[in-house]
Amino acid sequence: MNALFAWGFVAALAALPLVFPDPYLLAVLTSAGIFIIGAISLNLLLGYTGQLSLGHVAFFGLGAYASALATLGFDIGIGFGWRVVLAPQPVWLGFLAAIVVAGGFGWLLGRLAFRVRGAYFVIITICFAQVLRMVALNWVELTQGPMALISIPPFSLWWPGQGVVPLYRKDQNYWLVLAVAVLAFLLVRQVVRSRIGRALVALRANEPLARSVGIRVTHYLVIAAVLSAGIAGAAGSLFAHYVRIVDPDVFLFIYTVTMVIMVVTGGKGTLWGPVVGGLVFGLMPDLLRGTAPPEAQWIIYGAAMILFVMFLPRGIVPALARRLP
Amino acid sequence: MTDVLLSVEGLGVQIGGLTAIADMSFTVPAGEVVSLIGPNGAGKTTAFNVITGYMRPTRGRILFEGRPIAGLAPERIAARGLVRSFQRTSVFAGCTVFENALMALHLRGRAGLLDALLPFLRARREEAALHAEAADLLDLTGLADRAGLPAEALAYGEQRRLGIAMAAAAHPRLLLLDEPAAGLNPSETADCIALIRGLKERGMTVLLVEHDMAMVMRLSDRIVVLNQGRIIASGPPAAIRQDPEVIRAYLGAAHAAA
Ligand SMILES: Nc1ncnc2c1ncn2[C@@H]1O[C@H](COP(=O)(O)OP(=O)(O)O)[C@@H](O)[C@H]1O
Ligand SMILES: [Mg+2]
Repeated sequence: MNALFAWGFVAALAALPLVFPDPYLLAVLTSAGIFIIGAISLNLLLGYTGQLSLGHVAFFGLGAYASALATLGFDIGIGFGWRVVLAPQPVWLGFLAAIVVAGGFGWLLGRLAFRVRGAYFVIITICFAQVLRMVALNWVELTQGPMALISIPPFSLWWPGQGVVPLYRKDQNYWLVLAVAVLAFLLVRQVVRSRIGRALVALRANEPLARSVGIRVTHYLVIAAVLSAGIAGAAGSLFAHYVRIVDPDVFLFIYTVTMVIMVVTGGKGTLWGPVVGGLVFGLMPDLLRGTAPPEAQWIIYGAAMILFVMFLPRGIVPALARRLP
Repeated sequence: MTDVLLSVEGLGVQIGGLTAIADMSFTVPAGEVVSLIGPNGAGKTTAFNVITGYMRPTRGRILFEGRPIAGLAPERIAARGLVRSFQRTSVFAGCTVFENALMALHLRGRAGLLDALLPFLRARREEAALHAEAADLLDLTGLADRAGLPAEALAYGEQRRLGIAMAAAAHPRLLLLDEPAAGLNPSETADCIALIRGLKERGMTVLLVEHDMAMVMRLSDRIVVLNQGRIIASGPPAAIRQDPEVIRAYLGAAHAAA
């Protein structure tokens, strides 16, 4: 897509709160934006390496918990009378912790993807997210279990002349999510347009041939998995400090499904696919809420998804790209 | 005495109880074209798979430049300078011919994650060099005017040529070609012979598996004859042509079939 058009699009999004300062609209766009960051990260794995990870929400949830726990602090026993204590940390450290923790688990997943492929990999990734949900439910001392981590501080930024400012307002959070989304997009773009991206596509297209020309499978799958997981962790951190409550339901399978739908309908393996698919399916539930009766909303959502997949099997963005020169 | 580039010593391969290769020993001297011939099912492709790391040998040693490579991953063996082509046509489907050439040049580049994020440091220069090299590669194989086509849209003969070019792209010291002329018509076969000659002149050593005997006789410095997982003869083409056991086991059968 044309760079001018792309930056125009970003500028329009950035100007939106000034033109339409409607808090409901901004709230809807902010949560859609957080999921779009998740979809952008998933696309790196699903779209560019072709590995279907149906536990992607695990990284999102890990990021949310890591960031929340780092900023709230904790004091837990680890047996033999030992305790691990962490005093509350600033939010930017929580954000960093989210990326590192999720990225670390991404590294594990990448190593695993090399040994276990296909259906077994998919099953293991689903189990991974389920196990984390169980841990979050039952390790009450650390996570408060189903009572949830509450009173999570909002994101704060250092601002010239004003010092560290907590972001309580909707428009501030909206801009923060937009900025992180743009960074995630640019990061993925740089990677897929590089020699690394070419190696990932080669491995996806024909793995034996790719290996024969010297492309190291593990190395590149691990790079993709760590980046993907790290970005998903960042999205989880944004989520935690935006809604300011995290419970074990962040690990629910439905969130992975949402991200997969966004990537697949938008166009997996394309840079704009997760953005376009994410806008369509991230905003649709809220659009329907205002227009359709409750019992029809999810039927329409499901039907739209099926129609997109049936008529644009490769996604919206590749279909548009073929129409436009 | 020339240097031995590849040395296969007492190689044995079992696939699920079946003996694909019983006992195989041969050497490939640097700078030569050595052909491995034998009837279908003799174990030639299996030998390639084992030498290039796609299968593990049951026993025996494989030395490349004097160092053992059996059991290494294919990508590691490729990085040491030993690259193979595939018997069944193999390209990166969904990618253009030019992208295929770029992907095959992977080992010619070294850009990593930092270069991806900060391409202006040095990756941009490397990319330009790789693009130029990919263009050269397509010129060499006569596919320059096909650069923008999806690789799977190429004619069969063109795909085979692209396959050889991709295996040779990163200037391996030893190139293993598995039936490069299979299914080609005489003029395409002539192009293929010229291509392999060109690679040899650029200093590449070639281990060739091929059924086209005229091609094998014209290209080879040495021929190794395999039958039912065993080597039954090896030597220069003139000697192989007259070896009674070879004629009985292989050339005779091929002639009878033709
Ligand atoms: N993946 C495999 N599974 C089972 N048998 C195999 C496999 N690959 C090769 N073989 C057997 O090994 C023997 C050698 O095959 P191959 O190396 O393909 O012969 P060639 O390339 O000389 O025609 C044959 O008997 C073949 O059936
Ligand atoms: Mg064969």
